[in-house]
Amino acid sequence: MNRSPYLTDAPSVTSIMLRVLLALVPGIAAYVWVFGGGILVTLALASVTALSVEALMLKLRERPIRMFITDGSALVTAWLLALALPPLAPWWLVVLGTAIAIVLAKQLYGGLGYNPFNPAMVAYAALLISFPLLMTSWPAPLALAETQLGFIEQMQFIFSGALPTGVALDAVTSATPLDYLKTQLMLNHSMEEIAQSTIFGALGGQGIELIAAGYLLGGLFLIQQRIITWHLPTAFLASIALIAAIFYLSDASRFADPAFHLFSGATMLCAFFIITDPVSGPTTPKGKLIFAAGIGFMTYIIRVYGGYPDGVAFAVIFFNICVPLIDACTQPRVFGHEK
Amino acid sequence: MNAIVNISRLLKGKLAKTGLSSFKGGVHPPQHKLESTTSPIRSVAAPKHLVLPLRQHVGNVSKLQVAVGDHVLKGQLLAKADGQVSAAVHAPTSGVIASIGNQLIPHPSGLPDISITLEADGSDQWIEHQALDYLSMSKPELLDHLREAGVVGLGGATFPSHIKLREDARHPVRTLIINGAECEPYISCDDMLMRERTDEIVRGIEIMRYLLDAEVCAIGIEDNKPEAIQAMREAVAKSAIAIDVIPVPTIYPGGGAKQLIKVITGKEVPSGRLPTEIGVQCFNVATAYSVHRVVNHGEPVISRIVTVTGNVDRPGNYEAPLGISISELVQLAGGEAEDGDLVMGGPMMGFNLPAADVPVVKATNCIIVPSAEMFPEPEPALPCIRCTRCADACPVNLQPQELYWFSKSQNLEKAREYKIFDCIECGCCTYVCPSNIPLVQYYRYAKSEIIAQDRAKEAADIARERNEFRLMRIEREKQERAQKHAQKAAGAKAEAGVDSAAEAAKKAAIAAAVERAKAQKAEVVAKNTEEASPRVEAEIAKIEARRAHQPEPPVQPEQAQLFAEQQEAPAASGTGQADGLQPLSKEKQPTEEAK
Repeated sequence: MNRSPYLTDAPSVTSIMLRVLLALVPGIAAYVWVFGGGILVTLALASVTALSVEALMLKLRERPIRMFITDGSALVTAWLLALALPPLAPWWLVVLGTAIAIVLAKQLYGGLGYNPFNPAMVAYAALLISFPLLMTSWPAPLALAETQLGFIEQMQFIFSGALPTGVALDAVTSATPLDYLKTQLMLNHSMEEIAQSTIFGALGGQGIELIAAGYLLGGLFLIQQRIITWHLPTAFLASIALIAAIFYLSDASRFADPAFHLFSGATMLCAFFIITDPVSGPTTPKGKLIFAAGIGFMTYIIRVYGGYPDGVAFAVIFFNICVPLIDACTQPRVFGHEK
Repeated sequence: MNAIVNISRLLKGKLAKTGLSSFKGGVHPPQHKLESTTSPIRSVAAPKHLVLPLRQHVGNVSKLQVAVGDHVLKGQLLAKADGQVSAAVHAPTSGVIASIGNQLIPHPSGLPDISITLEADGSDQWIEHQALDYLSMSKPELLDHLREAGVVGLGGATFPSHIKLREDARHPVRTLIINGAECEPYISCDDMLMRERTDEIVRGIEIMRYLLDAEVCAIGIEDNKPEAIQAMREAVAKSAIAIDVIPVPTIYPGGGAKQLIKVITGKEVPSGRLPTEIGVQCFNVATAYSVHRVVNHGEPVISRIVTVTGNVDRPGNYEAPLGISISELVQLAGGEAEDGDLVMGGPMMGFNLPAADVPVVKATNCIIVPSAEMFPEPEPALPCIRCTRCADACPVNLQPQELYWFSKSQNLEKAREYKIFDCIECGCCTYVCPSNIPLVQYYRYAKSEIIAQDRAKEAADIARERNEFRLMRIEREKQERAQKHAQKAAGAKAEAGVDSAAEAAKKAAIAAAVERAKAQKAEVVAKNTEEASPRVEAEIAKIEARRAHQPEPPVQPEQAQLFAEQQEAPAASGTGQADGLQPLSKEKQPTEEAK
């Protein structure tokens, strides 16, 4: 009987997933700093929902619950969705989104390892199409808001939609830098004028750039831990930077500079945490470069010309569809074979 | 984009540092070699009872030269090589042939094979033997001697060495590589041999070089064996020929022949081909040692160095007579041998012995007595998450996650297309899999399934051809009968004196017969599968095969494996540093070589 190798040295799936969660912590910390503690409530809600729905589905599918519930993958999906949703999104939106991610995008396809699409992005896209208003109303960063909500007040808003008496909704929300840019450009304002707004920071959106830096830090940690390889993030960021640079150089008054695109919206989250989902991504080194560069390109196009706040979710889903093709076309040369 | 990928490879390859090339992937399992290298090689006396399988090599079963009851001397020929791709078997000690029949052998299939049982007489008396004056012999003569002395690759592949040492005008060997890499954990028999029998190895290399007329000669040793490197360096300095001792980076499976050749020469052996096609030939150090014993001492291969390690009191290397029971060897090392427990070979490519009392054969480089902590039971497997750690670790640059998917879903054509036969079963993919998937098991299964299907198809094709031939024959006979009939009729009419009419009738009859024949033939063709699509043909082939053989139960991976190995020559599974680590050419090689 030949069951060799007898030795293994591999991190468990659980430990990989837990390290992904750990890598999200700097970004989350920055998030709390910029938008307040409400995100922690959203994260908790998403986590509880993900675990319960996953357990329920496993039971219905008659799969070992314990083995799969402890793999950590549901938590990663939950956290990524929570971080992609607008802060202070109502509780039911979080619960619904997480349920869509776990039930529709993951378990119905066969659970861990079988989902062709990124579950968090499927849920995000579904919510964006179903609840466009809720999904596009972002609170202002605390530093910019007329009225700063405390943790308790944020929690109340999440669960009941009620603001403290005397506070208008406008006082706590604001356009995201990406939105603001788009509307202002449509009004024929030049980049120079637009950039005067306080919602812009040094690189991207005020505060948002700090969160992006947190994700970047966590992403570098994942590369260092050899949980992800450099291929995907590098190709994705390079692709966005390149296309942004081309547009920017062609007309600096109509297009934002590459740094803005790198540090706005979900760029960094996408680069290190979304497109790096191994299950729904390509597996060949070359395929990873094509996949990521394609998402970068499409993200930029949707951002600049599309009607949605950010292009990441649709770009990711579109390229998820292309994964089998990309993989098939980019098979590496096997040892001893001509290409 | 290619450039980016290449640069990253270069950075990983550390080309500049060593001046050597590298191969992609590989892993660094814990070595565990120290345990068995602290004491010198221990010689093992011939036991009372020896079992000598007639097939300890790749190729034809040796031809028996003795009968039950014969008294034989130590070193006497018991079975001679049958054809070129075969090797002889000799008596490791003097004694009496007690029986000849099927015995369990150390093979993963767990199946018995024809073996000679020798009861030692205790005198250990040598047959008359003498050194060969090889320089005054012709090379074919010397090669015949090696064949008759039972020299095979001792790295684990046990391919008959005389074939690999034959000069081939089409593919002259420029570089002779001696494999002392020994990349598998736990195994240290080559290490100890290089430390202690250094000069003898060099003598063997000199003979090999002489036979192949190689220009360059290099010994590759992993840099985790500084003592062996040092010893070999001192010994080659004294040699009349130039031999390079090349320390290679310690990385598993750096001792695989193709991997070592890549590291040392920078060249890749083309898939499914032999190293000679790129002007390289590769032998294990222990093979060089046995060449020396054969040529300079006249001693055939009757013993080998075996590492006995793991859960034993005296781990170390033992010079064991072939045929000694492995359980005896384990007891000598102070361990307990339990059936189904022992591992032969290393932890990456070895296999569980079917029983503890199977004999040591030429492929037995290492016996590991495991404990539960050493080789823990694998955790339950999770689904593949496509993390591609396996692809990163694969030394052949396969996409193991795809092969797994195809193997699991029985998509065997796809598996073949994705080059499953280039898999060397080194186990690196399984070693790094976070989902604990026994990937290599799936590949072994898929490979044997594909081979079985190919065989079944071949059998079906032959059956169909036979049937076509039979139908044609029936048709021809009918035609001939019709012709005879017509002739008879014509004869009768001719008697009546109407010659021309008879002629016409005869012609008409023949024409009618031909017409009938054509029509029938067309029917036959239509009934046949010549115009069927390959898929339908495959289907039919399958069905016919099933009919031809006894009903097959649903194939389990283990069973399929069993089947494949039953078909193949039971060479022990190669270890990392196998002489000819080429699972796919196992079958092809003999015929190719035999030309």
